[in-house]
Amino acid sequence: MISVIGVIAFILLSPVIGGLIAGIDRKITAHMQGRVGPSIFQSFYDVGKLFEKEKTVANDIQRFYVISYFAFMIFTGAIFFAGGDILLVVFALTLAQIFLVLGAYSANSPYSHIGAERELIQIMAYEPMVILVAVGMYVVTKSFNIGTIASYPQPLVLFLPGIFLGFIYILTIKLRKSPFDISTSHHAHQEIVKGVTTEFSGPTLGLIEVTHWYETVIILGFVYLFFAFNTLIAIIAVVLVYLLELLIDNASARVKWQFVMKSSWAIAAIVAMVNLAVLYYLGVG
Amino acid sequence: MQLLLFLILGPLITAFFMLLVRKEPERNWIVKLSALGIGAVTVILLISMFDKGTLYYSFAAESTGLLMFFIEMVIAVYILYLGITYRNYLITGLILLQSALMIYFEAAYAHTIDVSYTLFIDQFSIIMALIIGIIGSLICVYALGYMKDFHAHHKELQDRRNVFFFIMFVFLSAMFGLVFSNNLLWVYFFWEITTLCSFLLIGYTKTEEATNNAFAALWMNLLGGIGFAVAILYLATQVGGIMGLEEILASGKAMVLIPVVLMGFAGLTKAAQLPFSSWLVGAMVAPTPVSALLHSSTMVKAGVYIIVRLAPIFQATFSGYVLAFIGALTFLLASGIAISQSNAKRVLAYSTIANLGLIVACAGIGTYEAIWAAILLIIFHAISKSLLFLAVGTVEHRIQSRDIEDMNGLIVRMPKIAAMMVIGIAGMFLAPFGMLISKWAAIQAFIDAPFGFIFVIMLAFGSALTLFFWAKWMGRLLVVTHLKENLEKNINPDIWTALVILSGLTAITCFIFPLISYSLIEPFLLANYGNVTRLSQDNIIIMIMMLFLIVILPASILLSPRKYRQLKPYMGGMTTHADMSYTGAIDLKREMKLSNYYMNSWFGEIKLHTLGIYLCTGLIGIMFLTAAYVGAII
Repeated sequence: MISVIGVIAFILLSPVIGGLIAGIDRKITAHMQGRVGPSIFQSFYDVGKLFEKEKTVANDIQRFYVISYFAFMIFTGAIFFAGGDILLVVFALTLAQIFLVLGAYSANSPYSHIGAERELIQIMAYEPMVILVAVGMYVVTKSFNIGTIASYPQPLVLFLPGIFLGFIYILTIKLRKSPFDISTSHHAHQEIVKGVTTEFSGPTLGLIEVTHWYETVIILGFVYLFFAFNTLIAIIAVVLVYLLELLIDNASARVKWQFVMKSSWAIAAIVAMVNLAVLYYLGVG
Repeated sequence: MQLLLFLILGPLITAFFMLLVRKEPERNWIVKLSALGIGAVTVILLISMFDKGTLYYSFAAESTGLLMFFIEMVIAVYILYLGITYRNYLITGLILLQSALMIYFEAAYAHTIDVSYTLFIDQFSIIMALIIGIIGSLICVYALGYMKDFHAHHKELQDRRNVFFFIMFVFLSAMFGLVFSNNLLWVYFFWEITTLCSFLLIGYTKTEEATNNAFAALWMNLLGGIGFAVAILYLATQVGGIMGLEEILASGKAMVLIPVVLMGFAGLTKAAQLPFSSWLVGAMVAPTPVSALLHSSTMVKAGVYIIVRLAPIFQATFSGYVLAFIGALTFLLASGIAISQSNAKRVLAYSTIANLGLIVACAGIGTYEAIWAAILLIIFHAISKSLLFLAVGTVEHRIQSRDIEDMNGLIVRMPKIAAMMVIGIAGMFLAPFGMLISKWAAIQAFIDAPFGFIFVIMLAFGSALTLFFWAKWMGRLLVVTHLKENLEKNINPDIWTALVILSGLTAITCFIFPLISYSLIEPFLLANYGNVTRLSQDNIIIMIMMLFLIVILPASILLSPRKYRQLKPYMGGMTTHADMSYTGAIDLKREMKLSNYYMNSWFGEIKLHTLGIYLCTGLIGIMFLTAAYVGAII
């Protein structure tokens, strides 16, 4: 069930799509704030510039972590778009994320250190929900295989409304949007400078940006799966979900990590329990 | 048969040599040769037996049975004596009760019991034997170097190393006995020996704390022992005296549910599940090899071993689900507590308790998929955890601290040991390493089981907790500080041997686990459950690709050497020095110190532990009641 075309398309197209999403994101955000905003290609110019910059690091090992972060993110996406095992995608995504955290730790800087701690809190906050998404999809489709899940004839979201809402909630964390952008933010200022990415600069920071583009595509892929019965509806759903995230991003202020953690867990526990219990009761599971 | 007897008696003989030999070089040689011998024989056992299925052996048990009873009574008298001299009335009461039960059984029923097979071996026994034989022996070798340092550091303590190694080898012998015994009376005998050994090892240093904790371990395990004794008595009186494991598994669920639940209870005490978790945490006062032994290859593994053995009876019973729930709750709460701990050994202890909880949860559910996950957990946990304990012990002797905060930047000060610790930690929670494969298997197993979604949800939250405490520890180790003094010199070669082999095993088992699954676990499942499970070919290939990626990625550092300029980290514009201290007000040089989050108000030990004691005690009550109800219907 390994789809080579899916993998190649993901590797080649994701930076383009992810970068464009980031650009459009900035444009719409600017409009929401009553500004004109940059060109939608601005993200590419920014990253291009980062790669031109002087190559500086806090220590030599940092680059290893960033390259690993990048490599495993691609790996994760490759499994996803090859139609592989969804749990394996979740685990590989975590592994990639851990590399970024370790890179931030290794710098021995107060800002990136707090960023790393908060990044871990974020992972702890969203991880259960992501696993439960995979579990929910399995309960309905009887398969962890993304290929099988994607070709399920009925809309998964109808079976998994609770889990879908829970996923939307933690999506804000994964996309690094306000109010949950506690470890690092796309917005200019944060109380911990750039948090987890503070100590990365030049090409390494550029690589982190590109990795984030890949990540965005993978995460939106998860949203797509909920609606995969119809490609057009699925794409519209993905766009709407992203716009919703943008609205939340611009309409809310950053919260404390305690709130991120508590609310994500409470919501994940409640929606998963109710949704899975109903499925179980109805005999879908 | 000869191999089994060799594995049970061999360590025992070594043990007695340990008592006799008092010179260090001689002891070193005997321990190393025995370790090599035991390890080699377990491998021979594997090679010669893995495709033979389940083999039973009868044995002239009459006189051995009496001898065992005699030894049990000697142990009881010894514990009674300790209970009285230390005025520990709980211990005194428990041992009196237990002895009374066993004397009654011996007098009234022992002659009526006829067990056709005393010893047996199947693939699960082989796996356990490999864990005990290889990891247990490695820990003994490590202990040679460690205990030498230990007594050099602690001059105030009496050097009783001969007794120490005596008990260590008796322990191994008892563990082999336990996993090869089919006769429950034998299982019980070895069970009690492991209780005594752990008691003696925890109290080794004879400090007040050690003595108290040893007694805490003793009373909890005696309570489990009583559960076991009652189970034996029940089998003798109510179920017609069947004492063979294979007979129990073959008889009707309802008939043997009560004794099986009692043995499950004994397993819970030994596997340090809530509410009995405190003894294992208290056991941390013992020298590190003891902790490593208790946590990886012996003691707690005996607890989960018996529960996994009895899993077919638990399967699809209400008592089984309650047992599984106790395990899952323990997993969740112990993982939470681990977040609040900064003492490395306590983190390891809580992580052990948590993982054992997961094994118990799998066994309580008892489907073939769950057992597959449980056995994988046992294997991977044993390897990674022993490695971590031994590494922490080594670090502790170098930096005089076992606090994770003091391990800041260990990668600079002790690169090799830190790298091994990172391998061990990665082995505990990251893809594509062992424990994650097992958790993955557990998710798949839970989801297919009735009520499984409750367990899946608990597992999802619990594993997020484990991720947090492991990752922050890993991060602490990998901080690159300016301190360049290398502390790794003069580490004993015995210690290196054990550490290197265990690190190797952690990585290698990830590569060869499909083979382990195919040749050992799957035949075991097929024989006991008539069904097998495994990871799909695709997923195995992907996992192996990930492993390769992890192996080759460090090479990326070498690819473009020295093109990058190093800058000091950003400190908000402060004037910083090379050691990351900065010049503060009135030109004072101030230290910068970073430390991890521990979230004590959420995951505080007292809070969660108390909660766990109440909940799990209640659940154990429910487990007994439901079993009694089923028994009463019969």
